[in-house]
Amino acid sequence: MTADTEGTEQPMRPARVDIAGERSRLPERVFLVLCFLSVLLPLGMLGVLLADVFVDGAGRLSWEFIKGIPSRRAAAAGIWPALIGTFYLIGLTAVIAVPVGVAAAIYLEEYGRRSKLAGFIEVNIANLAGVPSVIYGLLGLEVFVRVFGLGSTVLAGACTLALLVLPIVIMASREALRTVPDSLREGAYALGATRWQTIRQVVLPFSLPGVLTGAILAVARAMGETAPLIVVGAVVFITFSPTMTSGFTALPIQIFNWVSMPQKAFLENAAAAIVVLMLTLLVLNSVAIVLRNRYQKRIY
Amino acid sequence: MHPDVEKPKIVVEELIAGFASKTVLRSISIPIEENRVTAIIGPSGCGKSTFIRCLNRMHELSPIAFIQGKVKLDGRDIYDRAVDPVLLRRRVGMVFQKPNPFPTMSIRDNVLAGLRLTQTLRWGQSEELVQKALTQAALWDEVKDRLGDPGSSLSGGQQQRLCIARALAVDPDVLLMDEPCSALDPIATARIEDLLHVLSDSYTIVIVTHNMQQATRVSNWTGFFLNGDLVEFAATNDLFTSPKDQRTEDYITGKFG
Repeated sequence: MTADTEGTEQPMRPARVDIAGERSRLPERVFLVLCFLSVLLPLGMLGVLLADVFVDGAGRLSWEFIKGIPSRRAAAAGIWPALIGTFYLIGLTAVIAVPVGVAAAIYLEEYGRRSKLAGFIEVNIANLAGVPSVIYGLLGLEVFVRVFGLGSTVLAGACTLALLVLPIVIMASREALRTVPDSLREGAYALGATRWQTIRQVVLPFSLPGVLTGAILAVARAMGETAPLIVVGAVVFITFSPTMTSGFTALPIQIFNWVSMPQKAFLENAAAAIVVLMLTLLVLNSVAIVLRNRYQKRIY
Repeated sequence: MHPDVEKPKIVVEELIAGFASKTVLRSISIPIEENRVTAIIGPSGCGKSTFIRCLNRMHELSPIAFIQGKVKLDGRDIYDRAVDPVLLRRRVGMVFQKPNPFPTMSIRDNVLAGLRLTQTLRWGQSEELVQKALTQAALWDEVKDRLGDPGSSLSGGQQQRLCIARALAVDPDVLLMDEPCSALDPIATARIEDLLHVLSDSYTIVIVTHNMQQATRVSNWTGFFLNGDLVEFAATNDLFTSPKDQRTEDYITGKFG
């Protein structure tokens, strides 16, 4: 207050907040409950579905079921060719898709960061991730089965699935590469490293957890694909384990076939096969997550 | 060129550099004496970091960077077409403001990182080299029992000494240091300054610093940069006790900066 304003009335100030006063906690609580519900509901529905399948199929699970071959009699049918087919498929898909995807991500992130070509490719990769899987099946049928002459084999199926999951691998790897701080790259360059040496020895090891995550996602996606494999020519009734040159089948296709049968016994078979598929997926994911966590610990 | 610099390791002639349309360095000419410490001082934004990054061709890594002029290392212009920047950087090493040990590598592997790029090392040979580099960086006693620990498990000052060891392991002629102590506490800073006294007998050192007292403590020569110009270059004692330019005097007496 200055001498000039002495004696003048001060304007009314708004009432000060009482620091010990009442404040409604309700809006926060409501928001918290809504968030919790939006986690609980979908997971809950998924849990109910899985429990239902487990109840239906657990009774049918046995070694004979796993090692058996398909049959017209539901009680004698097994999933061995389908199981082996699935393993072949995801193994080959991973071997094809992961190196190609990581290499593509390295090009986009490390070499072509500002080029117009890289920008163009990047936009289209996101588009490719949204293309319906059946279309990949058609592509695989024409290019791999017919033009490349691979026939309706696991190799053709794996190539098709690899194309399908490639955008996932590329996008996850790209994100992983982006997390590498530039100070690390500079440190390597200052030592006289070439760009490729920097990528191989500093950037890639640092981004390994993210790259593995992309690989996990890709394999999980590939395991469940049915439509493209049907188009490529996976057969439903196979009694032998597939080779590189023979026909093949996969678990999702076997499940699909059994679900379409009228006899209830086949539905039980389908449920059991679903349980096997889910368990395999769980084991694979766990292995990959353990690997990823191990690599993550090396980075502080 | 400054007449008292008898054996210049690096001679910078009319160096102009910047980014896109912004000129950061406006024609710098300066000699860097062999096996001595040259300090570059100046207020923020005067171009010190850009200058030092021009000496090992790191400035051009930015896609919008431009450079003109000559930087002669032992008489050879490093911006000559025939010169490979990768090979240059093995003779002119760099230590950065924020310590950047490679987090996925152990202490031992960090020190050997530069060497592994150029040579295949045998086991016995590499242990010797690791010890030598870490001793030179005054870090050996502290880490000799845990060479397998990750590089990032060290304290800030230790990490910076690890980065110095890593740079020295490649056996460069010149060591560039861009404010190496500004992220460190005073004790760690003092240890690195002591280190520089020893190192300058064998290496040519250029150190950028915003700390004038540090410049007086460690350097033989000092260059004062302001707004992209080299305002004054003299022996450290002379520049700080009797600066010739008024701007230099204003800066070192704290009138600005």
